[in-house]
Amino acid sequence: MGNLLVNYGEAAAMILFVIGFSNLLLHKNLIKKIIGLNIMDSAIYLFLAEKGYIAGRTVPIVVDGVQSVEAYINPIPAGLVLTGIVVSVSVSALMLSLTIRLYRRYHTLDLDEISTLLKKEGV
Amino acid sequence: MPGRGMPMSRLKPRSEYEKTGSFRFWRWLAGSRDPYVGEVEMKAQIPKEPRELTIRERMQERQELLTRVYDIENNKKIAFFHRIYVLAAVVFCLCFAGILVAMVSMLPPTGEADRPVNNEVPARYIESGLQETGAVNIVTGMILDYRAFDTFGESNVLFAATTTVLILLHEKKKKREDGTFEEIPSDRLLEPKQDAILQASATVLVPVIILFGIYVILNGHLSPGGGFSGGAIIGAGLILYLSAFGFEKTEKLFTEKTYKYVSFGALTTYCLAKSYSFFTGANHLESHIPLGTPGAILSSGLILVLNICVGMVVACTMYTFYVMFRKGDF
Repeated sequence: MGNLLVNYGEAAAMILFVIGFSNLLLHKNLIKKIIGLNIMDSAIYLFLAEKGYIAGRTVPIVVDGVQSVEAYINPIPAGLVLTGIVVSVSVSALMLSLTIRLYRRYHTLDLDEISTLLKKEGV
Repeated sequence: MPGRGMPMSRLKPRSEYEKTGSFRFWRWLAGSRDPYVGEVEMKAQIPKEPRELTIRERMQERQELLTRVYDIENNKKIAFFHRIYVLAAVVFCLCFAGILVAMVSMLPPTGEADRPVNNEVPARYIESGLQETGAVNIVTGMILDYRAFDTFGESNVLFAATTTVLILLHEKKKKREDGTFEEIPSDRLLEPKQDAILQASATVLVPVIILFGIYVILNGHLSPGGGFSGGAIIGAGLILYLSAFGFEKTEKLFTEKTYKYVSFGALTTYCLAKSYSFFTGANHLESHIPLGTPGAILSSGLILVLNICVGMVVACTMYTFYVMFRKGDF
């Protein structure tokens, strides 16, 4: 078992990641695949937040001039989560716009139908 | 036409009496006319007519396609592949989950201070961040001063994503044979015009939302928040304004040109400001930018300027995403 019971937040993040990944594998609808990728993103944010947490300490905003390391949690994962959110928003927008283009061309969101139509066109 | 229960007056003639407020009040009380009927319903200006033929053709085509793709009964190969694929995917996901959870069980325990993540880097940020950057919020000081290059990259990623969405979804005007441009089939004609509830609540909420977004951006170095979250709030306010009042109102305020100039200006300001501090820092020169008193709104050197730049880029990006996905044109 190791530290599994103490690291329950990180374990939940990993299970959420696998749920998102199985969404990518098992669904044929493109929108559901994009939702799966966003679930994977959220799992990574949860993992990073758990990494930065230290019990009994507060957010890294200096109050009353207290500047000792013992007072605040790790500020670096917060910055990394911010980067992750921005990149995830950009990637989602890009994928959704490509999906809209595919839908306008083939009038379906099902990946199998799209590939069958592609074969019919001889691509 | 006096209906049943219509109020009457003995003192005034009928046409004059119908203009007074008491007439409308008594009429409402009598229930002969509901003031909401025909006033608040969402109505499309041009009712959409379904074209029977194309729909039927399309349905038939789709049915043929479905039988070809999901012909599991006749095509044994597809059925076999489908079953094997689902089985393999489930087994793979379970193994993946097992490996990841086993890895988590070997990680150092959460919440303890002596983990390898908490090394000398965050200690340095916490201990001397306030003196070196002037920002009370250490995370803001970190992402906009120590790691400002990274944040500049993020803003550029947003800009690149918006540009790509513009390329992919922008509807070009087609030229007719006689030289005039064809009208884009916009959803402006299908927009609801009388949505009283949405418009009334937007009138109250939009100024508050945008003010709150500005507050979050300007206090980014003092409290939780900053350019990214504040910009997202302002973008949400603009989207609410657009949903309530339509493009006729927002195109006075925000067009493609606005997006171009604001994003370009904000990114250039960010780039120049950060180039200056990189240049002075790398050559060990004094930067001449006062850090101010910690906790004051005009403090922490360049961080306030950078936060405003990032906020403008994010607000424009959110609004442009919405407009592009909705209509394909500003």
